[in-house]
Order: sequence, then C-alpha cells, then structure tokens
Amino acid sequence: MELQFDTSICADCATVDCLVKCQYMHFDLESARSERQKLNNGEDSPVLHNCATCYACEEYCKLGNHPFYQIVDLQEQKGIWPAPRPIVHQQVKMFSPKGDFVPREFAGVPVNLCLFPELQGRLTGRLFEGTSVFFSRDLFCNLVYLHFAKNSVIKERVPGVIQRLAACNVEELVCFHDECYALYASWAPAYGLEVPFRPVHLFKYLIDRLKENYSQVKKLGLKAAYQRPCSTRLTPAKEPLLDELLELIGVERVPREYDRENALCCGAILRMHGREELADDINKRNLDDMVRSGATACIFNCPFCYLTLGEMVAAKGLRPLLISDLCRLALGEKL
Amino acid sequence: MDNILQSLAAIVGEQYVSNRQEELYLYARDQGTMDPHPPDYVVLPGTVEEVREIVLLAGREGIPLVPMGGGLVLSGLTIPLRGGIVLDMKRMNKIIEVNPVSRYAVVEAGVAQGQLQSYLERHHPRLRHSIPDAPPMATVGGNVAIHGSGHLSQAYGFHSDMVNGLEVVLPSGEICHTGSCSASPYWFARSPLPDLTGLFLGWFGTTGIITKVALKLYPKKKMKDVLMFVTENPDYVPDVIYRVTETEMAEDVLVLSAPKPDWMAGFQITSVALTADSQLEMDFKRKMMRQALAGYIDDREGGFMFLAPNLKKNFLETPQRSVARYADVNKGGGFEYVGAIMPVEKFPQAYRSGVEIAGKCGTTYSFIVRIIGRAHCMMFAFAYPFNRADKEDVQRAQKALHETNAAVLDMGGIPWKAEVPAQRMIIEKMDPSARQLIGRVKAMLDPRGIMNPGNWEV
Repeated sequence: MELQFDTSICADCATVDCLVKCQYMHFDLESARSERQKLNNGEDSPVLHNCATCYACEEYCKLGNHPFYQIVDLQEQKGIWPAPRPIVHQQVKMFSPKGDFVPREFAGVPVNLCLFPELQGRLTGRLFEGTSVFFSRDLFCNLVYLHFAKNSVIKERVPGVIQRLAACNVEELVCFHDECYALYASWAPAYGLEVPFRPVHLFKYLIDRLKENYSQVKKLGLKAAYQRPCSTRLTPAKEPLLDELLELIGVERVPREYDRENALCCGAILRMHGREELADDINKRNLDDMVRSGATACIFNCPFCYLTLGEMVAAKGLRPLLISDLCRLALGEKL
Repeated sequence: MDNILQSLAAIVGEQYVSNRQEELYLYARDQGTMDPHPPDYVVLPGTVEEVREIVLLAGREGIPLVPMGGGLVLSGLTIPLRGGIVLDMKRMNKIIEVNPVSRYAVVEAGVAQGQLQSYLERHHPRLRHSIPDAPPMATVGGNVAIHGSGHLSQAYGFHSDMVNGLEVVLPSGEICHTGSCSASPYWFARSPLPDLTGLFLGWFGTTGIITKVALKLYPKKKMKDVLMFVTENPDYVPDVIYRVTETEMAEDVLVLSAPKPDWMAGFQITSVALTADSQLEMDFKRKMMRQALAGYIDDREGGFMFLAPNLKKNFLETPQRSVARYADVNKGGGFEYVGAIMPVEKFPQAYRSGVEIAGKCGTTYSFIVRIIGRAHCMMFAFAYPFNRADKEDVQRAQKALHETNAAVLDMGGIPWKAEVPAQRMIIEKMDPSARQLIGRVKAMLDPRGIMNPGNWEV
C-alpha cells in the first residue's frame, strides 16, 4: 500500500504552506522549501522529529498532496519515535482487533461509535431513532496510529476492518467520530484502498435528521466556541456543513483566534508524546481564547477532545457539549 | 444447649453466639486457598468487658480463641485451625473520639474502614486516615494487626506505624493500654514509653485481643490526581520509584502489571497519586513529577499514559474498587496473593520470578506493588485469582503461592500476613534468637496456648 504523493506538485508550490503555516514548528519560506526538499528526497529533517502530529499540513496543502501522511511514513521508515516506545506499544496493543466480531446485517442505519463505549448511552432520542450503534476493536478506524509513526499498523489492520464492514452489507456508514470518517474519505484513497460503502459524516447525518424534525427544532440562541479536532484537517471540505448545522439550531460559532485553519490541538496526543509543556501552553491559549470570545459553551466534534478538554472547559465556566448533544438540546431533549 | 454455648450466651446474649452448622461453615473459611476448619462457636462481643469475660472463659476451659475483624485477610489467619471460638469483633464498632488538633482517632477494633472514612468525611472533612484497598468492611483493628498498608503508606509507612496506642485484652483477662494513653488521658503517641504496642502488631492475635486502636489522622487535601508512568523494562522500575519518591510530592505510589487488560500486558505502570489544596499546588506537583522522569521520556524509554476521565476515576477512588473486580477475574470467587515486603531494588527479580512461577503453574497473575514510606520498602503482591469451585485451579494457585513464598524468602523479602505454611518458612529462616524470643513472649503472655493456635508457632 503506497502513498499517492507527487513530489512534482511540491516542486511547483510557491508557498510551502505545509510547513510555513505549521503552528508548532517555525519556518520561513526559504527554510521550509529546504526542509520540504529533504522530505521529498526521503532524507532526515527536523520536521520528522518535531512534528506535533496535528494533521494540519494535510489541510494547509491546497494542491492535493499528502504532506502529513508522508511525514508519518518517513518517521516510521527512519525509526523516529514521536512518543516514548512503551506508550506506542501500549497504544498498539490496546486497540488491536480481538477477532470476536461476527458480521451481521444491521437492523437500522449503522452508526459507528469508534471506540468510545462510554458514550453509547448518549446516542439516544429522536436523532438516533432507527439506528444501529456499534463499536468494536475489530471495526476500529486505527487512524490514531498516525500520531505514533505507525502507519504500518493502519495498513495492516484497515483492510480487515473494511472487509468486515462489507461483510455486513453496509452501504452507508455514519461515522460518529470524525477520524473514522477521515479513514474512509482521506486515508484510504491516499493509499489507494477501495472503500465499498459510503462514509457519512456526523454533521451531514445530524443535518438530515434535524431537517426531518425541523418543526420541533428550537433555536438555542447560544454562543459557542468550537474545538476543531485534528481529524478535521484530513477532510476539511465538510467544514461548511458544521456552519449549516449550527445555523439550523441557532448556535453562533463565535469567531476566535484558534478556530478553523488556526485551530489548536486538544493536547492529549502531545502529552502522550511527552511534550507536556507544549500541551499546557496550547491548552492555556486555547481556553483563554474561548473565554475571550464570549462563548458560554464549547462544542466538540471529536469525543477524544471532549474527554481531554471537557473538565478544563467547564472549569473556565463554559459548558462542554458534544455536537450530537447540542442537537438533542435543540430538539428539547434532556441530556 | 451445651455449657460453653450457655456461658457465652450469658456473656453476650443469645443472639450473639452460635454453634449452628451454617454459621460455623462460613466462619471456617476465607476467600484464600487455605483449607477450611470450622470453629466450635462464633461469638460477637459488644464491649471490652464481654471480650474479657470470653477470654477468661476460654482460659478456664482451655478453648482456642481466634479474633476476627472483616474476615478478609485471605491467608487463613482467622480460620480456627484448632477449632474453638471465633471472636467476631464487628459489633465493637464505636468511633470513640476524634482529636482534630492532635489528629488522631480512637476507635473500637471492629470499626470498618468505610465507616471511619465516611465518619471523617461527614464530621471532619479536613482529616482522613490511610485506607487500604480492601473492601470497606475491612476493620481498623484487623488491618493494623497484620501490618496493613494503604493510600498514605508511601508517605507515612505501614498502618501499624500509624498506631498511637492500643487497648488490649491479654490472654490473662487483664485489660491493658499501650502508648501514651497508658499514662495520660490522651492517645497521642507511642513514644516516649517502652513500646508495648509492638507486642500486638503482626502477631495475628496470638498475644491478645485488640479492642481499641488510636490511629493517626492526616490532613485531607482538596484535590486529587493520578499520573501513570509506563515502562516496558522492569529494570527501570527501582529508579523510577527513586525519582518519584525523591520529589517528596507523591502521596501514594503503586506499580501495576498484569497480562490483562491489553494496555497492561508486558508493561510496568507506575501510578503516582498527587493531592493538593489548590490548582497552583497541583500544577506544580505535576510539573515536578514530569521533571523527575524527563530523562526516560527523552530517551523514549518511558512515558505518561493518557487517562480518559472514565478510566482515571477508577484510579482516583479510595479504596479502589477495581482491585476487588480484578480479584474475581476468573469469576470463581477465589483470590489470594503473596504480599512480599521487600526492598525496592528487588523489583526486577521479583517481577521476573512472578511471571515465571505463574507460567510454570499455569495460573494467571497480577502484580500490585505499593511503595511504603518513601521507598524504604515495597509490598509486592503476587496475586493469583482462582475458581473456588475448581479443585485443580485451587491447587494451581496454592502451588504458585508456595513457590512465590519460597522465591520471596530467597530474594531477601518476607511474606506479609503469611499463612501458616509461609510462617513456617519464615521461622526456619529466622535468627534463632529472634525465634526463641517470639516463643518466650508468647509463652509469657499466653501460657496455655489458646490464642489463635497454629500461628507463629516456634
């Protein structure tokens, strides 16, 4: 499984945004060009050692190349460990397929909860009527290993995941976790892997269900900060869907410094990398920015960001809300 | 009704004494692997006077007396090996006094850990005692009598080190006070007197019946957090512990390892509990802890685990219920461990030896290590769960326990709350003068040998 990466695109790139825009490493255009060249030659570069694995360069590159996937492949080839070895090995073991999934026809619309079983009770109410919510290590998207220079694990496991889902005759798969959607909509095509079903992003699913129940939607009149997750960087094209969704339920996505392309990581992965000071710094900047923006709530798309930042956000006086919970509130449901 | 039963009923009331088979059956065993042996009577005294009268009766009649707290010791120390009377102390559950200024509590020996914990939370929210990771019904008296340890042991030592004094009924029937309370109305310390308290701690009830305990209390911090540092080489662990304890900022330090769940398999997870009264203090302590272990992170040999809140909350609990859940991993209700008290530098050897023994005996295992008193030693629990209904499984666990006891003694460690076969192994290794001294002390205090016979027999 080879990454579809075209170095000639980089040769013609005038801005080298993949590196110049990086929020965690600082390159001027000249040094960025030089480091980009090294990467394209398969040579070592400080980029490989200092990458925060925030995925953002995938979004910054408007030319359709895959600078982040390339970094991950090179890190692994060169034996560069973004995180301490025991942490990487623990992550690899923790989510390994158990081999106990039995393919079955889903009774309702299949909704993949990734590996967040603790959220299972939250997928209730009208929005999730007629769905079959499931999670299993055998169906895990595995993209988390991009943070640990272990693309090999993704390559090894993902074909089986797709095969198992296909065996369930899945035609459309609603991905509760942004990262699962990114697997099918970004990573698989980048590595030339065919996906025999259509991934549906949670935003799209929620919009459709809200429209079906539009007469019961109450505008929330809420000002909310959005915590944009790393996985969004892999499929930024769906970004307008979030704006549409928030408009539907009367929530203002407050403009702030660390949203959209300038979003900051939740910090959990940086902590696993052992970069605690950087994580503290970005958490502080991010939370201060949320408070400054006048938001009274913080909306999460990614459950992992929610688990990481939820308590911190609440301590700052903002209500942490998963996007699905926010939509349930708009339907007058109690959480 | 036989005479003894009648006499016991006269002391405690009919409802608090029994020789019914179904009750004797229950008091004949614990959750460990030791063979059951029924008592002849079970009695629940309500006062120290009643204990005294029972002791006098037992002395007169030459009947063995086995004191029991929560009955959770696992290593058979409350199984009446020679029958007689089991003295269940759970009715003696009064919290007599809390001195908030000198920070101690005086409680009856049958007060449960959970009871004291909730009493302090309600009436003295700025105070706490060190809580073992046993079910909350474990008693204060039972725990100090076996040199238990708990959530404050890293900072302050064994629970027996936290005892300021005792009230004890001697085998002669005398009621004796040890520590400052023997010469003062206050139970503030064991010093500066000859330390008689030690005559009843670690003796498993062979020298007297503990009826009251004065226990040190400690400030209760407002916030708690836990950090989990992961390594995959047991040779690193003593140094990790050294660095963590050197900061003087860790409250409780555990090392965990088990083949299940997957995130534990093959790793050593050092869990560091931090407490603070403000966010500032907590942030500072976290920073110091990271700094202490930065070398391992830089070398990529160890790192901090991300703990999702749902997982973290298990580790923030006091006591940790997950320990009890693990105890029944085989869903057979059996669980026993060799809790070896040993030097911290023996961790790598103990770890490898435990894995090897479990493999050889065909059992599963988990290691739970608690650091005691700034790493002066550790309690290395080699735990082997088993199915009580499966004889072969019980035998496998027994074999593993026996081999572990032998390995521990070879390494220079000493099995904690040792069951009788392990006591024999310890005694064999013991300095002959110490062994004789134990014999002389026992003979002096209990000349008829009625106190929990079978234990510490030299």
